[in-house]
Amino acid sequence: MAETIISLRHVTKRFGEGAAAFQALRGVDLDVARGDFVAVMGPSGSGKSTTMNILGCLDVPTSGEFLFKGVHVENLDRDQRSLIRRRYLGFVFQGFNLLARTTALENVELPLLYRGEDRNTRRKLGMAALDKVGLADWAGHTSSELSGGQQQRVAIARAIVTHPDVLLADEPTGNLDSERSVEIMELLTDLNRTSGITVLMVTHEIEMARYAHTIIRFKDGLVDRA
Amino acid sequence: MLGASLLLAFREIRRHLLRSFLTVLGIVIGVAAVITMVTVGNGVTASVRNQISALGANTLMVIPNQQGRAAGSAPVRPFLIADVDAIREQVGGVKAISGQAQASVSAVHNGVKWTTTVSGTSDAGMDVQNLALTSGRRFTDGEESAGNAVCIVGATVRKNLFATEDPVGQQLRLNSISCSVIGVLKERGQGGGGNDQDDVVLMPLRAAQRQLIGNQNIYLIVIGVDPAYDNATVGADVERLLRERRHLGPDQDSDIRLIDVKQITDTVSSTIGVMTSLVAAIASISLVVGGIGIVNIMLVSVTERTREIGIRLAIGALAGEVRLQFLTEAVVLCSMGGAIGIALAFVLSFFLTQLMKVDFAMDPLVVVGSLGFASVLGVVFGYVPAQRAAALNPIEALRHE
Ligand SMILES: Nc1ncnc2c1ncn2[C@@H]1O[C@H](COP(=O)(O)OP(=O)(O)O)[C@@H](O)[C@H]1O
Ligand SMILES: [Mg+2]
Repeated sequence: MAETIISLRHVTKRFGEGAAAFQALRGVDLDVARGDFVAVMGPSGSGKSTTMNILGCLDVPTSGEFLFKGVHVENLDRDQRSLIRRRYLGFVFQGFNLLARTTALENVELPLLYRGEDRNTRRKLGMAALDKVGLADWAGHTSSELSGGQQQRVAIARAIVTHPDVLLADEPTGNLDSERSVEIMELLTDLNRTSGITVLMVTHEIEMARYAHTIIRFKDGLVDRA
Repeated sequence: MLGASLLLAFREIRRHLLRSFLTVLGIVIGVAAVITMVTVGNGVTASVRNQISALGANTLMVIPNQQGRAAGSAPVRPFLIADVDAIREQVGGVKAISGQAQASVSAVHNGVKWTTTVSGTSDAGMDVQNLALTSGRRFTDGEESAGNAVCIVGATVRKNLFATEDPVGQQLRLNSISCSVIGVLKERGQGGGGNDQDDVVLMPLRAAQRQLIGNQNIYLIVIGVDPAYDNATVGADVERLLRERRHLGPDQDSDIRLIDVKQITDTVSSTIGVMTSLVAAIASISLVVGGIGIVNIMLVSVTERTREIGIRLAIGALAGEVRLQFLTEAVVLCSMGGAIGIALAFVLSFFLTQLMKVDFAMDPLVVVGSLGFASVLGVVFGYVPAQRAAALNPIEALRHE
């Protein structure tokens, strides 16, 4: 059994105050082993994105514990969580979220800039990551010159350029047709297998979830054990 | 980290060239205005200084005056040559001294008539007043003591009476006497009050008094002060001596007036300096207004770039790094605006100083100062937008359309 890299203990999340308060998570328990490929499924509004945001250290639980590599993230401040994201996490979003009017390579190099890598290293690692997603020839093109599938691959290159431990993808194929979706899934599978990156992916589509080793279902702010 | 911020700032500015330029337009205008005002002001000060010091830097002028403040019509008591001699012999620090008297005369040469001023002076007087010759020679001691009818003509007189002829060696008729021209004065141009300083004929004082003015009165004493001495001290000594010679008791009002050229220069310079600072201060208001423009546009820019900020935060940028990025952008923008402003000021001040016929010299301190001030404005006015960007919630920022 591989080491547990992520574990949530009785995590709750409440949005808003008083009468308008909404309980999005109601005691989530979750363990993810290093190297796993997890598909997170469940109906809309069941708390998948809320959980991913907490796992991505973008948000904090209202109560409960979140251990990342044995560290209690719920006790960390904003900047400490930023540093965890910088060092260990990679994000892929449904809407790609590339910088506009910026070349593919510059987008991919961005996380390295915050890591203080020099120009040559940035170039080298950036090109390697683009090569890995099959877009080395598109390095100089800006986001608007790329198709949706290509943009998502640039986003994946940006997420893996720092060799993260965990890749978090919230509906990465949500904006793509099934052919592009398959390409993305094959890419994620390859990254999981060859680079040993732990992948957590939210998806609605069971065809996509089938690429994962583990499927977790959410229902009404809880992990559905059924 | 700062290097990365600079890189990001330059990229951002390059990507939005027009917006960037409009953002800093106020700074450009403000910096240009401040530097232009100061440069033109300094040019005016310098040329006024030059004009006044053409009178002789360490010069005192003494003129007889009405006693006290009485605005009556009592005639002023002129000086006599004995007063001049007494000052020369008894006051320390007098390097050169000369009594002067003037009269209006009509000068005639070759049938051409020109009304001008004869000024009785001396070789020492010419030294004090920095009068140089373009040709000929100055008065000799012998000519001064004998009161010979020799004269030195100013450029205007030369032009009007001699045309292309060389005046030296020619005879010039002044009223009813004839004098030989021994020299020509170098052109000096307009003096204070717009009178033509070149419209003059110099003669030895004694000759002018005897042959043209008809009395021994002296209405002006010019004194060149030894630079090792203080103008004010020498002036006080001169005044004390003259009061004594004019039999004024210690509690009687003075009937002489002492003019210290150096003091006038300083007063005029500092007056222009004050005015320059005032105008520059008004101009720097436009800098502040420009800065407010920066706040405005940068706040819009933060809103516009909310999603970008979300991406940066998600990728692991610290709040401080996002703040630094926006601050750097503001400072780089403002400094670039400042640099453009300096270039603009260079052109503007060059043309203005040419137009006003004053010296063109940009003060490096002012240039560096305005550039620094523009950068500080960048920090001041970039802070609020930068702070807002840094405080964004990454999840909400990513959702922003
Ligand atoms: N910032 C928020 N403020 C208030 N309610 C929120 C917020 N974020 C999510 N929610 C609510 O929490 C519930 C779970 O949302 P989410 O985790 O995004 O669901 P999904 O499983 O579809 O990703 C939803 O009902 C949503 O409306
Ligand atoms: Mg969701």
